[in-house]
Amino acid sequence: MSALPAAPRQGRRAWLLSNSPASRLQARLGRAYMVWLRFSANGLAVAGLAIILLLVLVAIFAGLLAPHSPTLGDLAGARLLPPGTPGYLLGTDDQGRDILSRLIYGSRLTLFVVVLVAVIAAPVGLLVGTVAGYAGGWLDAVLMRITDIFLAFPKLVLALAFAAALGPGIENAVIAIAITSWPPYARIARAETLTVRNSDYIAAVRLVGASPWRIVLRHVMPMCLSSLIVRVTLDMAGIILTAAGLGFLGLGAQPPTPEWGAMIASGRRFILDQWWVATMPGIAIFVVSLGFNLLGDGLRDALDPKEGAQ
Amino acid sequence: MTDALRVDRLGVAFDHFHALRDVSIRVARGESFGLVGESGSGKSTLLRAVVGLAPITSGSIAVDGEVRAGQRRSRAFFRKVQMVFQDPYGSLHPRQTVDRLLLEPLAVHGIDGAEARIRRALDEVGLGPSFRFRYPHQMSGGQRQRVAIARALILEPEILLLDEPTSALDASVQAEVLNLLEQVRRDRGLTFVMVSHDLGVVTHMCERLVTMRHGRVVEMLTAAALATGAVSNAYTQELLRASKGFVRAG
Amino acid sequence: MSPLLVVENLRVAYPARAGGIIEAVRGVGFTLGRERLGIVGESGSGKSQTGRAIMGLTAPQARVTADRLAFAGIDLARASPRQRRALRGGRIAMILQDPKYSLDPVMTIGRQIVETLRTHQPVSRAAARRRALDMLAAVQIDDPERVFGLYPHEVSGGMGQRAMIAMMLVAGPELLIADEPTSALDVTVQLEVLNILDRLVRERGMGLIFISHDLRLVSSFCDRVLVMYAGRVVEEIASGDLTHARHPYTRGLLECLPRIGDDRHPLPVLDRRPEWAA
Repeated sequence: MSALPAAPRQGRRAWLLSNSPASRLQARLGRAYMVWLRFSANGLAVAGLAIILLLVLVAIFAGLLAPHSPTLGDLAGARLLPPGTPGYLLGTDDQGRDILSRLIYGSRLTLFVVVLVAVIAAPVGLLVGTVAGYAGGWLDAVLMRITDIFLAFPKLVLALAFAAALGPGIENAVIAIAITSWPPYARIARAETLTVRNSDYIAAVRLVGASPWRIVLRHVMPMCLSSLIVRVTLDMAGIILTAAGLGFLGLGAQPPTPEWGAMIASGRRFILDQWWVATMPGIAIFVVSLGFNLLGDGLRDALDPKEGAQ
Repeated sequence: MTDALRVDRLGVAFDHFHALRDVSIRVARGESFGLVGESGSGKSTLLRAVVGLAPITSGSIAVDGEVRAGQRRSRAFFRKVQMVFQDPYGSLHPRQTVDRLLLEPLAVHGIDGAEARIRRALDEVGLGPSFRFRYPHQMSGGQRQRVAIARALILEPEILLLDEPTSALDASVQAEVLNLLEQVRRDRGLTFVMVSHDLGVVTHMCERLVTMRHGRVVEMLTAAALATGAVSNAYTQELLRASKGFVRAG
Repeated sequence: MSPLLVVENLRVAYPARAGGIIEAVRGVGFTLGRERLGIVGESGSGKSQTGRAIMGLTAPQARVTADRLAFAGIDLARASPRQRRALRGGRIAMILQDPKYSLDPVMTIGRQIVETLRTHQPVSRAAARRRALDMLAAVQIDDPERVFGLYPHEVSGGMGQRAMIAMMLVAGPELLIADEPTSALDVTVQLEVLNILDRLVRERGMGLIFISHDLRLVSSFCDRVLVMYAGRVVEEIASGDLTHARHPYTRGLLECLPRIGDDRHPLPVLDRRPEWAA
């Protein structure tokens, strides 16, 4: 691999950076490559991406990576062992369960929460925001007042109320978080829409005879996507923390599910004598949140819509 | 014969600002008609009102004898009337390739044979196939304006509205784009309505023109009359003098 | 008498995104006395970059080099940022294309003029105000007292550009760089602003660099014209001799403009030759 000849590499790069692509695919790839070039020039952003990729890999291969069961502990011989004990790298909790294994399996839950919230909240916010922004008038007023109502409550309190109403459980926690996190996306999408709706290129599409739906879906939404992606990525850390908070309060994942927030909650009883029980999941949450924040910052620079302005 | 475009006592107001008052023009089929004025004269608003991008408060617009009111325009209308905007940097969607831009009108109107049509359209405006998959930021201002012209022509309209199509371009590129516009007009027998602040450009492109100021038509005259200086209105005279350029004192 | 400004082999280079560098200005040289020099070229010719380099306003990532860049005996290439700041707005002033973007939107016009003056000269507040009002009157603003207290968004483009000129000339600069000073204005307003500029430059005996894309305008305003193409000066010509321009690019620029009352269809276009850029 290391002896890869230089010429084809140069050729591939030139192909990607070509100013006159020969096909749709080449144009699209070239554009993606430009984004990657800008993104990869930012060391911290790449570090953030690495953290998230690591999280994904750990989640996929949890079964292979975890040395012990995440739910069944050795109550008799391995309760509250400190980190570094042979066989238990990060120690064990009060049920004699290996904390490392629980963290590894817990990554699946974290990823599940994050992905599901993004998949539910972002499209809803995007649709509400772009429709409100493009339509204007009473539709805008109605949609944005609904958004305001959601924004008027503190996020965690609202999520708590929904989680309490829907009953405890990780799925309900996801739904509760999703319900509380779309309004800011709607706001962003609307703001972006307002700046593009009066542009000449949208006027030109109107002059083609395109329907309002077609304009919103195919022409306005792509312009809102990049700022939305950035915002969602930056929000991931908050979502993880909210999920952990719900878990901590007993409204998220239920024992013995190895959810990171719930792990902290159960570890708080021993925080003075067996600090690692609560600290280890805390560090995991911290690292993953940091990863998403770095990634989001990098994306903000890489996806800058002012692209091409030189 | 009915006029290609007939505007009768048109008024346009944004909130309480009257952008156009009582404007009437008639453009014959195959004619090239100019609107001249300075910023705020309402010349661009007139074009936008024709295609439904500005709120009409009074008067009427008729294309081919068919009266259009309000801001709604049928899909068929846009196969007759198309527009080219002033700023080639702002009128092309920044996230779409030339291919996508030219495909959109065909897709909206369900016109088949897109492949051949796009290739022909690029050819007609003097851009080779190598431009087909470029994004706007990969082209110069003149090339972008050619793409904008190709987009307007791909629906084969009869009337082309040109809103300062060359004012954002360099002089040498302006000449190329003006030549292109004259070429397509000849080839397709188009009717032009062209807005410009540059008397030189308008007299080069148009047979008749009106000068506008503060939302009203000031004077209607032929390009030939303008060339000989047969201008009666004081404001038109002032424009004419200004267009001759700066003369150093002393 | 030594010239006001000497520029030798000025180069401005930017790092390109795909690696390498892009040279916006490639070895421009000229000397300027107390005269009017026009720099003409199309977008991307490096004309504005030349003006900004003299002013010391190029973007931070740009690399500016010159064998010589001297203003009234001061070596600008080796001057400290502090020295250059003191010169800017004081002895060298610049007028940009659009007053909308070059005036501070949250400060009244009068205060901006006063601040400019007091940054460069130790004058009392009252004296500064008097000079600002005089300056506004000098750019033919009818009611200087009123305009003094207005914010930039409250005045028209032509008025804003006049205020900009007033602000730039209030400290009595020796060199004025005007980058497309009238391109954003309506044609009739353009003439007024040019007349004001013409009179002030004449009365105060300033050196002027007038940067524009409009060859005919520049030649009517200036004594001498540099024609730039692709970062180089391709022709230097006295304004009166424009009709005898030798370089095909200069001739092409003159030819391609549509003129009232002349019937050339199609218009002649520039046939750009690679050797012009060499």
